[in-house]
This record gives sequence, structure tokens and C-alpha cells, in this order.
Amino acid sequence: MSATTLERNNKGTEKFSSNNEQQTTDAKIKVKNLDLFYGEKQALYQVSLDIKEKEVTALIGPSGCGKSTFLRTLNRMNDLIDGVKINGEIVIDNENIYNSSDVIKLRTRVGMVFQKPNLFPMSIFDNVAYGPRMQGIKNKKALNKIVEESLRGAAIWDEVKDRLKSSALGLSGGQQQRVCIARAIAMKPDVILMDEPTSALDPISTLKVEELIAQMKKDYTIVIVTHNMQQAARVSDKTAFFLNGEIIEYDETDHIFSMPKDQRTEDYVTGRFG
Amino acid sequence: MPSPSNENQIVDMKKSNKLKYFFESASEKLFLICAMLSVISLLLIIGFVFYKGSHPFVAEGYSFIDFIFGMEWVPSEDKFGILPMIVASIFSTIGALVIGVPIGLFTAIFLAEIAPKRVAKIISPAVQLLAGIPSVLYGVFGLAIIVPMLQNNFGLAKGQSLLAVIIVLAIMMLPTIVTVAETAIRAVPKTYREGSLALGASPIGTIFKVVVPAAKSGIMAAIVLGLGRAIGETMAVILVAGNSLILPTSLTDSVRPLTTNIALEMGYAFGTHQEMLFATGIVLFSFILILNFVLAKISSKGGK
Repeated sequence: MSATTLERNNKGTEKFSSNNEQQTTDAKIKVKNLDLFYGEKQALYQVSLDIKEKEVTALIGPSGCGKSTFLRTLNRMNDLIDGVKINGEIVIDNENIYNSSDVIKLRTRVGMVFQKPNLFPMSIFDNVAYGPRMQGIKNKKALNKIVEESLRGAAIWDEVKDRLKSSALGLSGGQQQRVCIARAIAMKPDVILMDEPTSALDPISTLKVEELIAQMKKDYTIVIVTHNMQQAARVSDKTAFFLNGEIIEYDETDHIFSMPKDQRTEDYVTGRFG
Repeated sequence: MPSPSNENQIVDMKKSNKLKYFFESASEKLFLICAMLSVISLLLIIGFVFYKGSHPFVAEGYSFIDFIFGMEWVPSEDKFGILPMIVASIFSTIGALVIGVPIGLFTAIFLAEIAPKRVAKIISPAVQLLAGIPSVLYGVFGLAIIVPMLQNNFGLAKGQSLLAVIIVLAIMMLPTIVTVAETAIRAVPKTYREGSLALGASPIGTIFKVVVPAAKSGIMAAIVLGLGRAIGETMAVILVAGNSLILPTSLTDSVRPLTTNIALEMGYAFGTHQEMLFATGIVLFSFILILNFVLAKISSKGGK
């Protein structure tokens, strides 16, 4: 029931959509009053945010504002850090992910691409097949199919199809990052989280990844953290501006960049600080 | 009028610089000499052992083949065959590896990946302390605890046996394996773990599919070092091996590895007998060289 009220508060236009199915298609991820602590230090304050299915949501803000921390709560990567405490709720597909103990299942549904390409020291094929193999898929044909589809999905198949068996670490940084995306796609997730995926890449590789994100929007819900405001403007549908662990403003990307409601957002997007 | 004093200063500076350069080059040479000492020692030891050990085969007409494959070692009857000892050395080392490597590796994984910091802080120093125990004490421990235990449990006439050697060596190689492997595992970038976990792999799956393979060359190094410790160990082995000159056919046989043969007899040996003990040393040394070489190959492959 609480989810329903939240829906109404946040989006006046959808006041009358009270049936459950409607909600599922409307908001893939619902975050409500999320507080996060690293030991004594609070990193997120009352973060509430609804993320729509098959949209790209960008999280922007200065360094240390909590946007990466927030991103990592969505697939519970913060669980790895000692002393992290979380209050509030995160609902993905009507299920509170912090109530369920099946972190593995969550992470197969919510994939992640990291700041620096982090391919394993094995072949390209084995990298992409890693996740499916971990899920128990052993059939060679099935794996071949998944790997090809995933690499095609990440727009890198043509570049690597002749060298699938050679080490993934021999690829350029931009290629590696796209194989990382392929590796995430191979799990057939619903949601893909990207933590500054282009910050270690040159402009041309960045462009390729951005084009890829635009294509992937058809099939996946994407949440992307970025330092680059032009990037947020280029790739995202919605943008959330974080400052000191709070969401200052969350709106259509066009609005955030052309007519932000909050002075602090305006200062940030116009480059006056951060 | 400041020019003379200035000139003096300049001269002074030049002098002191000369002195500096002298000390520079002198200390560089000192370091070089220190570094060369270990190489020289190595060459001297090898040269001496090979000179003494090869003498009976080169000058006295003994057959090297008979030496290696001979079944009998009776110096008083001029019979020098070390096959039983070679076999004993190989078996005890392999046995120790079979027990010691998995235990050491799992300990290293536990310390580096699983254990909470507080627990690791207790276990890590304990393991390192194990390395500091003098080997004779391992032997005494083996003689006092392991040997009687084997004697009672297996109904042996004599508990000093291949199995006792294996157990003692396995314990002795633990600290080496654990410390080196733990360092290697800790050196694996955190991003690999995150990448694997984010793909829905379990923590244990991550350890065995990503972390351990990435640390493979370090783990191989750990095994080589543990191996060196096992095959070269003498004092602890003398006390628990039983030292019988037979070809071991079961784990409960009393054995005499290469090292203990040298240590037991060198004190009173002379002439050909003494030279044959040096020849035993050559065989031992070759083993260590070959094993190091083979494993270095494997680990360099793993690094690629």
C-alpha cells in the first residue's frame, strides 16, 4: 500500500493508476526514504526515487555526493563493505531487495558495469560466458549462442569475433569496457547499472559506449552515474542531481539542464561549482 | 674585496664534492661485493659438492647408473646404491604436498578472503610463528606425538615411518605455503571480485573461478617454496623416518630419504664413502633444481 501512495505523491499525472500491473510497468525500481551509513558516517539521507522501465536515468553530482554509493545499493554491492547499514526500502519489481536474502538472484537481474574495465584474466569468450556458467549453463551450443548475442548486443562482435579465445586483457580500454557490457548483458538482466563507465576511456570510445547505451535502452532499464554533464544530457531520459547525500532534484533530463527548479542544481549544471 | 673568500668557498665545495663522489662509488662497490657474496657462496658450494661427489665416477671407476639405480647401500662392502633413498625422498615430498598444499591453500584463502579481520589477526601470526620453530623441535614433536600415535593406531612394531615423515613435513611446509599464497591472493585486484559478484557469482565461486586463477603464479611459487622446504628438510626427518635402507612399499615402512643419509653418515665417513655422500648431495641438489625449473615454467605460463 505504501508503494501506491508514494506513486501518487511523486507523479500527479498518474494519480488514477492504482492497479498493480500498471505500477510494475511504470516504475521498475522504487526507492523510498533510503538512509545509508558507513559505520557512524551517514552517506545518504532520505533518498526517494522512482526509476521507470526502459529508460536511462543519470545520476549526477560532485565527487563524494553519494551517487555511486546509491547506485551500489541497487544491486547490494555495498554489502561487501564492513559496517554499512541501510534504512528505508528499495523495491525492484514489487520486491524489497533488502528483505530477500537471495543476493545472487538479485545480481543476475541487476547487472553492473564498473568505472574501469575489469575483465578477468581469461579469454574474451570465457569472460562473457562466466556469468551463465556460474548459473549452471554448461551446454556448449547454448554458451556459444549467449556469447555471440551478448557481444552483438554490446556492438563489439565484429571487432572480436576472430579472437574470442585470446586474452581479454589484450583489447583496448574501450573494447574492454564494451566486453564488460557484453558480460553484463549475458546474464539477461532487466536493469543495468553503470558506474562512470566512460571515465577511463578516450573520447571516441566514449562515443561508442554512449551510442550503445542509446541502443540498449530498448531492452534494459539503465541507471548511469556520470561526472560528465554533457554525457548525462546526451544519453539520459531522467536525471537526478545528488548533493551531500541527498537528491536535490529529479526530473526529465531536459528540465534539469534547461530550467532546473533548484538554485543548487542550476549552479552545478552551469558549471559554477563541482 | 669579496673575491678571495669566494674563491676559497668554491674550492672548498669542489673538494667536498670529490669526497662525496668517492664515498658514492665506494659504497656502490661495497653493496656490489655484498650482493656478489651470495652468488660466490652458491658457486663455491655447488663446485665443492660436484667436485667431491663426481670423483668416484670420474676417477675411481664406479658406475653412476649403478649408484642411482642400486638397491643396496653397504659402504663397508663397497656397495653404494641410493634408489631406496631417492624413492623415499620423492614419496615423502609428494605425500607432504598432497596433505600440505590443500590445507595451506585453504588456510590462505580463509585468511585473505573469508576470515573477519579479528580472526585473521590471531591466525596469521600463529602460522608465521610456525615457521620460526627450529626443525629439530618438529622432529621431537613427531617422535613424541605422531610416532606413538601411528604405532598404536596401526599396530606397528615401529611408528617411525614414511607416514610420520609425511605428516611432519606437511606441517612444516604450511607456514611457507600459507604466507606466500596469502600474499598472492591479497594482491588480486578488488575489481575482479566485484566484477564476479556483480555477475551473480557466489563468494566461494568467485574465489575458485576468479581469485585463485588470478593468483596462480604466486600460489605456484608458494608450492615451490614449500616443496624446497620438504625435500631439503633433514633434522626433523631423521627423528621420525626410522632410517631403514629399504625400498618403501607402504606408508608404514621405515625409510631413509637422501638428506638423512648424508647427515647420519657424514660424521664418520671417509674416502670413497664420503665422496658417495657428496654424490648423494648432487642428486638432492639436482632434484631441487629440476623441480624449481618445472614449476617456474608452469607459473610463467599461468602468468600470461
